[in-house]
Formats: sequence, C-alpha cells, structure tokens
Amino acid sequence: MDDVKIIEIKKSVFADNDEDADKLRKELKGKGVYLLNLMSSPGAGKTTTLIGTLKRIQDQVRVAVMEADIDSDVDAVKIQKATGIPTIQLHTGGMCHLDAEMTRQGLDNVALADVDLVILENVGNLVCPAEFDTGAVRNAMILSVPEGDDKPLKYPLMFSVCDLVLVNKVDVMPYFDFDLDKCREYVRMRNPKARIIPICAKTGEGLDDFADWLLAEVKSWKQD
Amino acid sequence: MHELGIVFYIIRDVKKAALENAVEHVSAVVMNIGEVSTVVPELLTDCWRWAADKEPLLKGCVLKVNTIPALTHCDGCGAEYETVRYGKTCPHCNSENTWLLQGREVEIKEIEAT
Repeated sequence: MDDVKIIEIKKSVFADNDEDADKLRKELKGKGVYLLNLMSSPGAGKTTTLIGTLKRIQDQVRVAVMEADIDSDVDAVKIQKATGIPTIQLHTGGMCHLDAEMTRQGLDNVALADVDLVILENVGNLVCPAEFDTGAVRNAMILSVPEGDDKPLKYPLMFSVCDLVLVNKVDVMPYFDFDLDKCREYVRMRNPKARIIPICAKTGEGLDDFADWLLAEVKSWKQD
Repeated sequence: MHELGIVFYIIRDVKKAALENAVEHVSAVVMNIGEVSTVVPELLTDCWRWAADKEPLLKGCVLKVNTIPALTHCDGCGAEYETVRYGKTCPHCNSENTWLLQGREVEIKEIEAT
C-alpha cells in the first residue's frame, strides 16, 4: 500500500454542469431566446398547463417546446396536436433529469433563429431535476393540490431553485386538506423570492396570470 | 434514481484527473457527501460498482463515502445546530431566519492511484 498516491480533487460533481449551463445561458442571451425549465412530479399537470398557456401566448411570441421523458412521445404528440407548436421529444435514456449538455443537444434541433421562447418540460420528478442546472433563464414548477401543501418541506431544494411556483388543480381544493396560505408560507421559508400563482389548467383559471408573467419575462430578457 | 447519473459525473471527473496526473489505475475514490444532499450513499456505491467495473481505469476501484453532517446557522441568535434533528426552526430561539451552513456537498475529495 506504500506506493499509493493520493491526488486531492475537492471538486463538486455539479461544477462542470454548472459551467456548461452558464455558457448555454449566455449563448441564448446572445440569440435572444428565453428558455424556461418547467418541473413537477409526474401527474401534476405540466402538459395540460402548457397547452392552455401556449394557446394564450402563441400569437404574441414565437414558441417551441422540448418534452423530456424517460421514454415515449405521448406528451410531444399531444402538445403538437393541440397547439400546432413545433415540439421536440427528448429521451433521457433512463436518466431522471436533464443536464445542460442534454438540453443543448435538444436545442440543436430547434430553429432558434425563429423562436423567442423555448419551454422545456423536464422529467416528472421533484428531486433530481433540482440538482442539475439546465441552462434555463428561469425555473418554474407545478405543485398540484392532491400532492399536499407540505411538499415544500419535503423537497426543499426544488422549491429553493424555482422562481415561479404554479399551484395547480385548485378546483379540487375543497376535497383535499390543502391550505393555500400554509403552502405559501412553506414556499417562502425555502425561497422568499418565489412568485406563487394558483391555477387550474382544466378550467383555465390563473393561466392568464402565468401567460402574462411569461410574456413579461421574455420581453425583458430580449431587451436587457 | 439520480445516483446513477451522479456516478457518470464522478467517472468523467476522475478520468480527467487521472489523465492530468498520468495515473494508469485508480484504486479508490473518496467522496464527501452531505447529509441533506439527497444522495443515498448505499445507492451511490451500488451504481458505482456497476459502472466503474466497465472502465479499465476503475476496475475494482472502491468508492469511499465521507458523510458531512448537516449544520444550520441561525441569524436570530447566532447558534449553529443539527439540521436533520431540528429542521428549519432554531431549537434555541425558535427563529426561522436560518440557513444551511453545510450538508449539501456532493464532491470528489481525492483519488488514490496505484
């Protein structure tokens, strides 16, 4: 054992990805393209929320969508059919998240000169996607009422990296013990700056607010 | 199951370090894993065994995990306390104005080459 050589590294395994992500963000800035990373648990309503929101904004900005899933293309087909918006399906090959490199590979298939906004629908998962910066300008997440108002306590990292929290399925609130004020308080404990918008993707409630937020974000990203 | 993804990141970084230091075989990789990093050490070492043995550089290489305890600092009274036991609320003064001092690390501390 005396000829063992110890080489000190002391480096976070996320450091390379963080660098890649910063680089990608700068490139997108140069091209005037805004990338939103949308996350949630499986079944929180990402695809339905997207369809409703895309219909509200597609006359005002040029949008493309990237769907990331472990397998299948059901979400991409659904979005493309409902909105006619160009949608790309990314397969993570078993991985539970997207990193900056995978996001870049996806963007290579988008005609970036013809879009102002790309929405990335990340893999449904509250743990892993929070660890990996995709290079997006902002992170948004959807928390649905049936999941419970205590999710920010259980998945602190996800809520601390999100700029926007959409609380979805508010129409079924009376049937669940979901306290919106408590939820707001729990989100603020993790992230005082996060904006919270209650929505119902099915009825369209709150989607105008989300659409307005998105349009304002894209506008300021392209102006600065 | 992000442990497998993390293992691929570790392998990439270790390969880079081995190349830079002209190392032909790595016998151990020492990781610092924070208690609240969301990485499960047992899963990490399982995934490691599966993936590392596919690389000649890392055949039989052991992944050693140092657990970094999670500590929270309280801005209310200046105390430091165990995060896992008390969470976000300071046990000394009940303040919620607290922040994580350490415990989210997922880093490669060092590698042992033979």
